[in-house]
Amino acid sequence: MSAFLLAAAGCVLATVALGLVRILRGPGDAERMMAAQLLGSGGVATLLLLGAASGASGVEDVALTLALLAAFASVAFFKRAPGAAADDADRG
Amino acid sequence: MTDAINCGLAILILALAAWTIVARDTFSAVVGFVAYGLLLALVWVQLHGVDVALTEAALGSGLTGALLLYAAARLRATEREARAERPGLPTRVAAALVAACVTVALGIAVLALPDPAPTLAPQTAASIATTGVGNPLTAVLVAFRAMDTLLEAIVVLFALIGVWSLAPDRFWGGRPGTLHHSDPDGVLAYFARVLPPIGVVVGVYIFWVGADFPGGKFQGATLLAAMWLLAVIAGLADTPPIGRTWLRAALVAGPVVFLAVGAAGVAFAGAFLGYPDGYAKPLIKVIEWALFPSLALTLALIVAGAPQRSAP
Amino acid sequence: MSAALDLFTIVAVSAGVVFFLAGTVGLLRFPDALTRLHALTKADNLGLGLIVLGLLPRVDGVQAGLKLVAVWLLALLASAVASQLIARVARRAGQST
Repeated sequence: MSAFLLAAAGCVLATVALGLVRILRGPGDAERMMAAQLLGSGGVATLLLLGAASGASGVEDVALTLALLAAFASVAFFKRAPGAAADDADRG
Repeated sequence: MTDAINCGLAILILALAAWTIVARDTFSAVVGFVAYGLLLALVWVQLHGVDVALTEAALGSGLTGALLLYAAARLRATEREARAERPGLPTRVAAALVAACVTVALGIAVLALPDPAPTLAPQTAASIATTGVGNPLTAVLVAFRAMDTLLEAIVVLFALIGVWSLAPDRFWGGRPGTLHHSDPDGVLAYFARVLPPIGVVVGVYIFWVGADFPGGKFQGATLLAAMWLLAVIAGLADTPPIGRTWLRAALVAGPVVFLAVGAAGVAFAGAFLGYPDGYAKPLIKVIEWALFPSLALTLALIVAGAPQRSAP
Repeated sequence: MSAALDLFTIVAVSAGVVFFLAGTVGLLRFPDALTRLHALTKADNLGLGLIVLGLLPRVDGVQAGLKLVAVWLLALLASAVASQLIARVARRAGQST
């Protein structure tokens, strides 16, 4: 079973790594942020799968930390993006 | 299979590191760095360093990522000019040479390490029981290498003083960062109301389990700092003026308690930072509890930045 | 019973991997920022959710299981908020050009 979980972890990692091409290509900063966001979710999934495969303790806590801070970069990105001052009131 | 994943991780990390250096656009480089920090957390889990993975996830990817994104946004105005400047050929050749020399020196140093590497691990493992702490990392950090941890806590404080010293004179003693506004019914304000209660619980939990399982004060404090910063960014809270006495007292409280325990060790255990027999665990607890809030506050204020507004 | 649970894990985790793949393909192939964002949330929510679901029978103890569910719920919240914020930036960028 752990072989399957490892394989799944490898698949998720390879997939989201592929998404990192968006950091290279852009075209906009929004796309770059999306690639980082995707890597965040994929990283949490990979972490959980690796933890389940190896049975290591404490891995869930790392995943919990990552999930808590997952939107942090996006919040910083939103607040400081060009034009944020004009739209700073956060109205949709 | 594990080898394949580890190789893949190594290649990815190297590629992202190269991208972070090569990218001309600051924002792209910073996003690369955030992704890099996240993958580094995975690598630490693969190396069975869950404590370090926690630190990397909280500090390396989370808080540092936000800090660098702010920096990138501030640099945006000057970026075009900076990019238009191109150093002369001699400068570039010299830079390449220096970088290559450092790389070669590091490579030689790593390859010259004796095999097996010298280690104190067996002695440490044999003495863990005397500290009464279950997590070997905590035992090493607060008992066997307490001096390093003490200096680390003080370095973080110095970093904050460094950040503050960038303040213009007229704002000295004022509030760090700009004042944030956001729609009280907007998504950001909602997020900043929902997440911090959960984050505070998780942060305290990670600090609490640090005695016996992976976790600890630095990781927990980072989470608390991040939650407070979120409330500030959403405009729900404001940064305190840095001139306040209570603020400065709270900042130094942790290191002061640590120093006091260390000095008491001279009298009662015969060495600075020595713990008398049987009192190791309670003393370690006292130090950890004192450092935790101070660290959270210091880390948060470092990210909040230099004072930019005068206090009312 | 154990075989059935293993089968459940395999099916759910595999489905999760498929959603991650779909999210990445969408991020790479879709034509503009908002549609790419749409693809991304599938990976965030369903991909991670299915993997967590698949791992649930394998955890030891209720506490570890609750932690896994908490990870997913937090990721859901983060993903929803991040999508909103990124979409606003993308729209602003679209208006200014």
